[in-house]
This record gives sequence, C-alpha cells and structure tokens, in this order.
Amino acid sequence: MSTGTPRSLPSSGQKSLQDICHPLSAEESARSCSPDTLKTSNPGEKDRSLPNGTPVDTSSPASSSSLLNRLQLDDDLDGETRDLFVTVDDPKKHVSTMETYITYRVCTKTSRTEFDFPEYSVRRRYQDFDWLRNRLEDSQPTHLIPPLPEKFVMKGVVDRFSEEFVETRRKALDKFVKRVADHPVLSFNEHFNAFLSAKDLNKRLGLALLTKMGESVKYVTGGYKLRGRPMEFAAMGEYLDVFTQKLGTIDRIAQRIIKEQSEYLMELREYSPVYTSWTSFEEDLHEPLEGVAGCMSNCTSALDELTEDMSEDFLPVLKEYVLYIESMKNVLKKRDQVQAEYETKLEAVVFREDKKTPVPTDVEKCQDRVECFNADLKADWDRWQNNKGQDFRQLLTGMADKNIQYYEKVRDRELE
Amino acid sequence: MADSGSGDIAVIGNTDLTTSESENNIKNTMVEKGTNLLKRMEIGVAEAEKRTGKNAVNMQETYTVYLVETRAVDASSEGTTPVPDSLWRRYSEFELLKNYLLVTYPFLVVPPLPEKRAEFVWHKLSADNMDPDFVERRRVGLENFLLRVASHAVLSNDKIFYSFLTEENGWKESVFETGFQAKADSRLKALNATFRVKNADKRFADMKQYGDELQSVISQLLRVRARAADRLYGVYKVHGNYGRVFSEWSAIEKEMGDGLQSAGHHMDAYAASVDDILEEEEHYADQLKEYLFYADALRAVCRKHELTQFELEMAAQDLISKKQQQEELATGTVRTFSLKGMTSKLFGQETPEQRETKLKMLETQIEEGEELVKERNRECEEFVKSAWVDIERFKEQKDHDLREALISYAIMQISMCKKGIQVWNNAKECFSKM
Repeated sequence: MSTGTPRSLPSSGQKSLQDICHPLSAEESARSCSPDTLKTSNPGEKDRSLPNGTPVDTSSPASSSSLLNRLQLDDDLDGETRDLFVTVDDPKKHVSTMETYITYRVCTKTSRTEFDFPEYSVRRRYQDFDWLRNRLEDSQPTHLIPPLPEKFVMKGVVDRFSEEFVETRRKALDKFVKRVADHPVLSFNEHFNAFLSAKDLNKRLGLALLTKMGESVKYVTGGYKLRGRPMEFAAMGEYLDVFTQKLGTIDRIAQRIIKEQSEYLMELREYSPVYTSWTSFEEDLHEPLEGVAGCMSNCTSALDELTEDMSEDFLPVLKEYVLYIESMKNVLKKRDQVQAEYETKLEAVVFREDKKTPVPTDVEKCQDRVECFNADLKADWDRWQNNKGQDFRQLLTGMADKNIQYYEKVRDRELE
Repeated sequence: MADSGSGDIAVIGNTDLTTSESENNIKNTMVEKGTNLLKRMEIGVAEAEKRTGKNAVNMQETYTVYLVETRAVDASSEGTTPVPDSLWRRYSEFELLKNYLLVTYPFLVVPPLPEKRAEFVWHKLSADNMDPDFVERRRVGLENFLLRVASHAVLSNDKIFYSFLTEENGWKESVFETGFQAKADSRLKALNATFRVKNADKRFADMKQYGDELQSVISQLLRVRARAADRLYGVYKVHGNYGRVFSEWSAIEKEMGDGLQSAGHHMDAYAASVDDILEEEEHYADQLKEYLFYADALRAVCRKHELTQFELEMAAQDLISKKQQQEELATGTVRTFSLKGMTSKLFGQETPEQRETKLKMLETQIEEGEELVKERNRECEEFVKSAWVDIERFKEQKDHDLREALISYAIMQISMCKKGIQVWNNAKECFSKM
C-alpha cells in the first residue's frame, strides 16, 4: 500500500480470476472486496512483482479509477443503485444541402457529480457514436469496448432510410450506450460525458482529435515477441475463435431458415384462394371449406410475422456479437503486445547486472500496463460472459417464444 | 378385429392393421346401412408382396401382389374367429375389375382405384412404385375400393365382383367371357366423340360441370400441397442443424453448456417430427385424390347420358325425315328443298311403280324407326332415372366424406401446432436455464 488515497491502490493484476471482485457479477457480493485482500499475491499467477517484493505502484489513470469504482459500486442488476440511465430513441431525418442523414435523440438521467445537470437530451448521428467509440478505444485500450452496428451497408439493396433499417440501427445504438453506461470504468470516461452532455459535439470533436492523438500511440507497440501467454488469455483466445465459428454457423442457419420459411410462406399463400374458389361451386361444404380457407390465410400471416421478427431481432444480435468478438480479439492482441514489450524490456534490464540502479521507470511502467491490462481484461471478460449469457438466453428464448406464438395463433384459429 | 355388428361402419378383416390404419379405413369408406355383400362378408386387403415372373413379352419383371381376404360374417359369432379365405391379386387385375364394372354399369358412379403412378409427389423418392410407403398407401386404397363396391346396393351383387374376391384362378377368363371388352372399346370411342345434344337433362349438364370444377380445384390443391410440403420439409430439417451447432457450442461453454446441449436435442426432435406430419398430410392428399378420380367417374355417367340422349335424338330425327319423305312421295309435293326434289325436277319424275316400292320401303322403315325411337326413349328414361339415383347417393357420400376429410385435416394441423408448441416450450426452458 503506497498511500492512503484509493487512487494508488495496488494493481489487481496479482489476483487470480476468481478472486477479483466484480460489481456486475451475480454470484459474488462486491462488498467482500477490501483493500487488504487485494494485496495478497496468488501463487498460481506468474510472479510479476519486483524482485524486492513490493507491489507495483500503479499510476495509470485508467485502471485506478476502475478499481475505485469496482469497490464502490454495488451489484446493480436491479438497477436500483444505478445512477446513470441513457436511452437512444426518436430517429429523425435531416436534409441539408450537402447530405441527408439521420439523428437520434440521446436522453440521460443521472445523479453523478461528474455531470453538471441531472438530465440531458441531445441529438447525435452515427458519426458521433463512431467518434465516441474510437475515443473510448484510444483512452481505455485495456477494456473491451462494446461494438457499434455496422457503419457501411454492404448490400446495396438496403435503403438507409427505411424504417426497418433505422429501427434496427437505433436498437443497436441504444444497446451500445447502455453497455457503456453500465461499465464501471467506461461510463466515467470524459468523452462519454461529453457525448452525453455537450450541446455541440463538433467543437469537441476538433479539440479531441488534437489532444488525444498521442495517447493511442502509447499502446500501439509493435515488433515485440511474446514469450509465453498466460493460460487464461490463451484460453480466451481459443474460446473466441471457436465461438466466432459457432456464431457464424448459427447465423447461416438462421438465415437459411428464414429463406425456407419465406418460400414456404409463398406456397401457403396459394392455398386460400383455391379453397375459396372451391366454395363457389359447393353447396353443403361451404362451412368447412371456408373455415380451412380462413385458417390458411391466418397461417400465412402468422408465419410472415415470425420470419420478420427473426430477421429484425435475432440476426442483428448475432452480428453484433461477431463484431464484439472481433474487438475483443484486438484487445487480446494488444495485451499480448504489451506483455511482450514488458518482457523484452525486463530481459534487457536483467542483463545489465552491473548497474545497480533501481529498476528503470519505463520497465516499471510496462509491468504496470501489463498488470492493468490483465486485470481489466479479466474483469471485462467476466462481465462480458455474463452479459453474453443473459443476452443469448434472452435471444434464444425470444426465438422460442416467437415460434410458440406462431403455433398458438395457428392452433387457435384452427380450433375455431 | 373390427366389429361386424355395426351397420354403418366398414368392416375390416385384418388384424395386422395399426390403429391409425383402421381409423384411416373407417374414415375412408362410408358404408350405407343394409348393404348386401358387406352384411354377409368381411373384406380386406391385408398384405403386399413382391413377386417376379415373366410378363406378356416373356421378360422378367417385378410386381407387387396384394392379399385379398374375405370371411363370412356369421362365422365369428361362434366366439372363435376362423382363418379368412384369401387370394393374391395384382393391380392390373383390380383395373380389369374396375373396367368391367364401368362398362357393365354405365349409369353408376363407379368407385375409383388408387392412382396407377404416384402423382403430385413432393419428395422425389416417393415417385417410385416400389417404394414401401407407396405400396402401403396403395394397399389401403385398394381395400377402400373393394369396400366401396361391396357397400354399393347394385355393384355388390355383381357375380364377377364376387368371384374376384373368392376365385383365384380362372377369374380373368370369366371376365373376358362376358364380352365386356367389345363394349369397352365402343364406350371409349363414344366418350371421346364430340357431338351436340339438343335436349340434355339440365341436371346432368350441371353435374358434368361440377365434375370439371371439382377436378380442377382438387388438382390445384394437390399441386400446391406438394410444393408446400417440400418447403415445410426444408424448414424443419434446417432446424436440425441448430442441434448440431448447439452441441458443438456447448462444448466450449461452462455455464451455458448444459442448457445448450438439451436445447439442441429438442431441435433435433423438432426436425425429425416433420416426417410424421407429412405422412399424415399424405393421407389427406389421398382422400382428395379419391375424389379427384371420382370426378372422372361422375363425368363418365353424364357423358353416357348425353350419348343415350344423342342416340335418341338421332333416331327421332331420322324418323321425322323418313316421315317427311313419305309425305312428299304420297302427295307429290316437294315441301322442302332437297336433292331428290331437284333431280326429279331435272331428270323427270319416277314411274308410279317405283314410287309404290319406295313408299312400301319407307313404311317398313318408319315402323322400325318408331320402334327404335320408343326403345331409345325408354333406355334414356331408364338411364336418367337410375343414374340420377346413384348421383344423389354419390353427392351425399361426397359431402360426408369431404367434410370428414377437411375436419380431420384441421385436427391434424392443430396437433401439429401443439407439437410445435411443446418442442419450443421445451427449448425455451432449456434456454432459460442457460
């Protein structure tokens, strides 16, 4: 323990995965985290402390505030103790001489002191969200930043201004800001603050570009060879690879199902008119024939709904996770880089045995970074897993529900 | 064993039928009360077997034979059910029987046979006549045919029909001995001929039109059904892929693993359930097909009426012109323009002796003509009477059968929905436990 202020608490990198308190993990109670427990080093972990045994003093702002928040924030699954609520809604089209674009309203309600007012309502366009994400990535490189919906619309057939497209995008943007708002570190990011509150983001944009350029360079270290990746990160990497694969497969299957269902729908549509024309020359069979005709048209509309819902709700979430995984892989790579850099530098230092100078600060800094990285990553990983579990649970249950609804509709009509 | 006491339900003489098949048979045949043959006898088509033999051109061929079983009704009242009499028949023999009936009873709507070749198939495989599913459906159809004939007040009393059921050998010869073949050829010709009838009974004309419309609408339905079945199969089967990928996915998950795995199993079950669904739908299609072919039989009866009417009109027409000729010759006046009149004017009139002979000839012809017209008239009236009775019977049967078919189709759809709901509920449960 270096100082009394929370800001210089030792890095949590020495803890193992299970021991790290997590504000959003359902199983653990965050309150069990105390400053003392963070000091003990876990034998399972590779020894990253300095030869003299003192824990490394962390001074990078990124992780220290995260530690603070991890300790202070309670479980807030119910949202009772949450103090930041953000929504994205009300898409509007703007036509100017240069271009046409859509803006969304971003509403914020908060009790945090970092904000000047308790409520905000601003208009943002996709560009602004993109800016925010880039800023977050640059300023919090050790964290997993939630993904944005795709920037470019690949299929030229899709209308950028169609209701469905805009709505799908709005939902994804809403998810994005909510995830950032729920994140113990990211939500306190100054850029996020600006995004939520500034009347005119463009001015900030210019400023931001100038001042924040430098930061990103720090973490883009190239050319260092990685000695050994700690097991858990290797496992993460493997998991992500397989997971991406499976998600891809599921996406393909879902799309195929939608296609087959649409074709089935086309054929179903033919039924009703045939039955109707049959009634025209039957005397006694009117009732059952009309009944069947009615049922058929009901079937078709129910199936139509099902297919629509699947494409609108199910597929985008899958895509989003694929994007998420991409950015996660990038973070893992960065982490590897940082570790590699640290190792190389450490080696260089160790060789210079004659110089009894204290360990150069830059090596320390490197170690720092590695620790932070690892910690943040693990923490984020945990919550990502959790959230993912929830998301997919919801998603697949939703899919099941939709199917159930479809069948119920058809059944009820038939019973009539 | 089926109960022989109830007069309304068709009796089936086969213990090997599954409950669904028995149900199918009962649904398929509507038997009238107090039918003759079925009162005395239980009839069924029990099995199918493959045989190989030499055909007409002395080449090896494989064909299927069906076991026709019969049992006297009162025999089972002793408590022990005796072994039924049985013989083997192939499809071509059934066809022979049907053609004989068509020719011999042109005023009846003769029940149709199941289709010769699989039509309106949705799955390429089932187009094969040797496919076991096809053979099985054909067996049911053949039994249905026999039961319908046996329950018909007139047809069931036919001797050839009876010997079809009871005499294995020599039956074919006895059919040909009836000389129906000659009638069959002329019937075919007549059915395809085009002629105009002046005073067809309107009811028959309406019935014919109805037959056409029914045929058209059922064909359309069957076509749509085939395409829809194909698509539905695709939808269900692709869901099976979910099963596999969920299983693979569960291998890399800690908490979500079990839920995913079980959900995957449900997806597999869902995919597999389509086979049963389509089989049941096939049954509905078969019921529709029967009436598709019935429409043909109905049309044939109406056509026959037109033919008899036409022949009557021809005979009447002929008589009128002969009488006219008689009058002209007798009075010497040429009332209408005729070639005879022209030639006689040009080349001179006939001698009185020639006229006498002609008149005598005409008299006999007119007498014969009048007889012929009377006969034809009688034939026509009789035909109309008996045909209309049978058509009314057919109408009732059709209404009843199709209503039942539509209702059971709806029931089937409902059960399909229920199953779907169940599977997805199960999957949902698994998902929520993830």
